[in-house]
Amino acid sequence: MPAPADPLSPTRSFQGLILTLQRFWAEQGCVLLQPYDMEVGAGTFHPGTTLRALGPKPWKAAYVQPSRRPKDGRYGENPNRFQHYYQFQVILKPNPSNLQELYLASLKAIGIDPLLHDIRFVEDDWESPTLGAWGLGWECWCDGMEVSQFTYFQQVAGIECSPVSGELTYGLERLAMYLQGTDNGFDLNFNGRDGDEKVTYGDVFKQAEEEYSRHNFEHADTAMLLQHFRDAEAECTSLLEKGEAGERHLMVMPAYDQCIKASHVFNLLDARGVISVTERQSYILRVRELAKACGAAWLKTAGGGAA
Amino acid sequence: MPDLLIELFSEEIPARMQAKAADDLQRLVTNALVDAGLPYEGAKAFATPRRLALTVHGLPARQPDRREERKGPRVGAPEQALAGFLKAAGLSSMEEARIQQDPKGDFYIAVTEKPGRTTQEVVADMMPGIIRAFPWPKSMRSGTSELRWVRPLQSILCLFGSLHEDPEIVRFEIDGIASGDTTYGHRFLAPGAIQVRRFEDYVAKLDISKVVLDPERRKDMILTDAKALAFAAGLELVEDAALLDEVAGLVEWPVVLMGSFDEDFLKVPDEVIRTTIRVNQKCFVLRDPKTGELANRFLLVSNIEAKDGGAAIVAGNQRVVRARLSDARFFWATDRKVKLEERAKKLDSITFHEKLGTQGQRVERIARLARELAPLVGADPAEAETAAKLAKADLVTETVGEFPELQGLVGRYLLSLERYPMAVAKASEDHYKPQGPGDRVPREPVSIAVALADKIDTLVGFWTIDEKPTGSKDPYALRRAALGVIRIVLENNLRVPLARQLTPVFGGADGAADKLADLIAFFADRLKVQLREQGARHDLVDAVFGLGNQDDLVLIARRIDALGKFLDTDDGRNLLAGYRRAANILKAEEKKDGEGTFDKSVNPNFLTEEAEKGLHAAIEKVSADVAVAVEKEDFTAAMKALSRLRVPVDDFFDTVTVNADDVKLRLNRLRLLASLRAATRRIADFSRIEG
Repeated sequence: MPAPADPLSPTRSFQGLILTLQRFWAEQGCVLLQPYDMEVGAGTFHPGTTLRALGPKPWKAAYVQPSRRPKDGRYGENPNRFQHYYQFQVILKPNPSNLQELYLASLKAIGIDPLLHDIRFVEDDWESPTLGAWGLGWECWCDGMEVSQFTYFQQVAGIECSPVSGELTYGLERLAMYLQGTDNGFDLNFNGRDGDEKVTYGDVFKQAEEEYSRHNFEHADTAMLLQHFRDAEAECTSLLEKGEAGERHLMVMPAYDQCIKASHVFNLLDARGVISVTERQSYILRVRELAKACGAAWLKTAGGGAA
Repeated sequence: MPDLLIELFSEEIPARMQAKAADDLQRLVTNALVDAGLPYEGAKAFATPRRLALTVHGLPARQPDRREERKGPRVGAPEQALAGFLKAAGLSSMEEARIQQDPKGDFYIAVTEKPGRTTQEVVADMMPGIIRAFPWPKSMRSGTSELRWVRPLQSILCLFGSLHEDPEIVRFEIDGIASGDTTYGHRFLAPGAIQVRRFEDYVAKLDISKVVLDPERRKDMILTDAKALAFAAGLELVEDAALLDEVAGLVEWPVVLMGSFDEDFLKVPDEVIRTTIRVNQKCFVLRDPKTGELANRFLLVSNIEAKDGGAAIVAGNQRVVRARLSDARFFWATDRKVKLEERAKKLDSITFHEKLGTQGQRVERIARLARELAPLVGADPAEAETAAKLAKADLVTETVGEFPELQGLVGRYLLSLERYPMAVAKASEDHYKPQGPGDRVPREPVSIAVALADKIDTLVGFWTIDEKPTGSKDPYALRRAALGVIRIVLENNLRVPLARQLTPVFGGADGAADKLADLIAFFADRLKVQLREQGARHDLVDAVFGLGNQDDLVLIARRIDALGKFLDTDDGRNLLAGYRRAANILKAEEKKDGEGTFDKSVNPNFLTEEAEKGLHAAIEKVSADVAVAVEKEDFTAAMKALSRLRVPVDDFFDTVTVNADDVKLRLNRLRLLASLRAATRRIADFSRIEG
C-alpha cells in the first residue's frame, strides 16, 4: 500500500482507491477491463459479467463501471445519493474456494484492517429481475456500513450458471468516504492533492448531478423514450434472428447492447414517473425476455463455450 | 457409551436460518440413527454464523445383529424360481436354505444372520445423504461443485468415541470435502486450524479461539453486557428479542460497544430513530429510565475484540448512524412542512391497480364504506370518514418512502401534531392491523371502521376483477385481509352480517351475485382455518357451514363452540348416535322411495306405539324450544333443549320397528325420523360430524 501521504494512497484519493483495487485484482490474474461504453444501472450489466458468467469457460475480470440510476438523483443536494456513481466490479469464474479471503485481502490492501474494523458478511440474496439473474451471498459491512456486495451467481439470463461465478461489487464512493473520513460524497478528494491542486468529487460530478436530475425527473422526452424502448426491443430481437446460424450464433453482442439500452430507457421512464406500478412489471419482463434470448444465443458462440 | 460429534463449517450462514438448521441437523441425524437401530441418550445442536454442530451422546458402538427369514419357492419349483430366490436371499446354493412344512406344501426358507455394523460405518453411510438433502430454505452451488449448501461448505468434522479412548474420525467425503477432526477458530481473531477430540474439548477449544458455540450463551453475553453498559451510562436498554436473535446470529465472539449521536436528532419521533438504527444498523437503542424517552446513545454488537478497544468501530458506526439519522431528520422535516390533507392529494396520481383506479379513488371508496360501517361498530360516522380519508396519506411522505415499515405510524404522529382527534390519528396506524397472526387487532371503534373498510374494499375490488389467490400465490395478501376482517369481527364481538354489508360494495358489477357468494365462501374457508388453529374441530366447522347462509362470523363461532361442548357430553354423544341411526335408515329408504319423500308432516293418527308418540311429542316441543333459543342466539340453551331428545330417541329405537309391514305406519315412522333430522338441522348439519 502506498504511504498515506502519497496522493495515490487509497485512503487519500478516490483515484488511489481505484488504482489500488485494480492492482490487487490484476495480481490475482484478472483482466482489467475498462468501463462498458453504454449507460447501465450496475456493473453486472457489463457483458464482461452478464455474458461471461454463462457457459463453461473460466474467466477473471475486474473493472470500474459508471452506473446510472436516474431515480436516485437528488439534484446534487444529498451528500449520499447520486444518479451516477462508480462500481468496482470483480468476476471470477469459477469462484475460487478462498474468494472470501481474497476479498478480505483486498480490503487490507485499501487500508481496512480486520483486527481494527468490524467486517461482517450479512445475508443478502441478490436478484436482478431485468437480467433474469439471481445469486446468494452477502452485503459486506465495515463498522456497520455496507461497502460491497458479494454474490455467487446461480442463474443469469434465466440460465443456470455452471460453473458458478463469484461476483464482488465495491461501492466506490461509500468506501472512499469511509477511507477518507468524510460524510459528504462531494467532498471526496479525487486526485489526492492539496490546496489549489486538489480536485474533489464534487468538482467533477456535482454539476452533472444537478443537470441530470433535471433531465431524469423533468425534461427527458417521454414520448421519444417510449419509442426508443420499442426500437431497442425490436432491434434486439431482429439482431438475434439475423445472427442465427444453425448451431452457432453470430451477433449476440450487438443484440445484447440493445437489451442494455432498453433497460436504461426503462429506468429513465420510471424516473419520469410515467410507468404505473403494474406496467412496471411488464416492462421488466420485456427486458428480461431480451436478456434471456441473448444469454441463450451467447451459449452458441465461442465465448459461451460452443464447440 | 460413545458419543458422536459433527460440525459442518461453512461461509457465513444467514442469521435467520441458523436456529432451524441446527434443529434440522439434530432431527435428521438422530432419526437416521434410531432408524438404523442405534438409540441414543441425548443430543444437542448448535449454530454460529459459520458452523452447525451436533453432539449425540450415549450411542451403542454397533447395531444389534439381525436375523432375517425369507420365504422362498416351493420345493421342486422350476430352476429359474430357485435361482432367483438364491440371488435375492444372498445364498450360494440351495443347501444353505432350510425347508419348512406348510399346509400348502414344503417351502424353502432362507435364514440370514446380519451382523450389526459399527456405528461409525452407519454414520459414514448416512451423512452424505443428509448433507446433500439438507432442508435449507434457499441453497446454492459454488465453483464447479454440485453440492448445494446455504453458502459454500468448507470443512466437515465428524468424530466418534468414548470418554477414555481416542476418538475415531468417521470418514466420508462429499464433493472433495473429506471429514476429519479439524475445525477453525474465529475468522479474524484466531483463524488457525484446531484439532478436536470430543464435544467438551471442542467447546473449550473454540472458546479459546474466540468462538462461542451456543447461541443462547451469545445472547446472554450480549444482553448482560448491553444492560451493564446501559446501566453504567444511567440508561436502560430498549429490549428487542428479534434483534437480539439476529445479532447473536451475526457474530461468533460478541463484543458490545456504545456509540452516540447528536441530541438534536431526538426531535425525530422515537420510532423513526429506532427503526433507522435497528433496520439499517442492527443496533439497539437506549432510553432514559426516568422519562422513558429515547437517549442519544446506541449499542452495537461487534464480532471482534479490536486492537484499539473498539474506538475505530464505534467511530465508524457513529458516522453511519449519523448519516442515516440526517436522512431521517431531513425526511421528517420535509414531511412536517405540508399538511397531510394537502399531501393526500398526491394519492390521486398514484395507481393502486390498473383495473382498480388510483390510490385516491381507493381512499374515497374506503372513506364511504367506513362511514357506512361506523354505526355497526359504534363509531361516529363523520369521524370514521375523516380518519379513512387521512389514513393512507402518509404513504406519500418521505419518511414512509424511506421506511415503508413505518406506514401508518408516521401518519399517526403527523395527525397528532396537526391536532386531529386521537381516534383519527390512531386509525392511521391501526387500520393496517392485524398484519399477521401475532399482530394485535384494533380495538377503538374508528380504527375498526377504517380497518374493516380498507380490507373489505381490497377484497371486493380484487374479487370484482377476478384476481383471487390461487395455491401459494397471493400477491395482494388477500388471505391476510380476509383473516384480518375475521379477527377484528370475532375479537371485538361485532355483529356484521357479511352478505348484507358486501352486497352494496360489489354494486352492479358483472356477475356480482356470484362473486359475492364466492367471496363469502372464501371468508368461510379462512374462518375454518382460523377456528381450526384455535383448536376447533374441522368437522364441527363444516357442520355449521353445512347449514348454508351463514355469514355472521360471531354467531358461527358461538354455534361451533356450543356444538363442541354439547358433543363432549353423554347426552350429546348418544343423541349423535341416535341421529346417525335415523339418518342411515332414511338414507337407505330414500334410495328406494326417492330423496325428500319423507320430509313431510307426521300424521299423529298413525302413531301407534308409546315410544313413537313420545318421540313425536318430544320433537315438536324440542323443535319449538330450539327455534326460540336460536332466535335468541342462545346456542347453549338450544343444545340443552336438543339434549332432551336423547331418551325418546333411545326408547324409539329400542321398541319400534321403523320398516313396519303396514305401509302407512312405515311411511309415518320415516317421516318421524325425518322430523328428527330436521330438528337437528336447526343447530348444525349433523351429517358432517365425524368420530
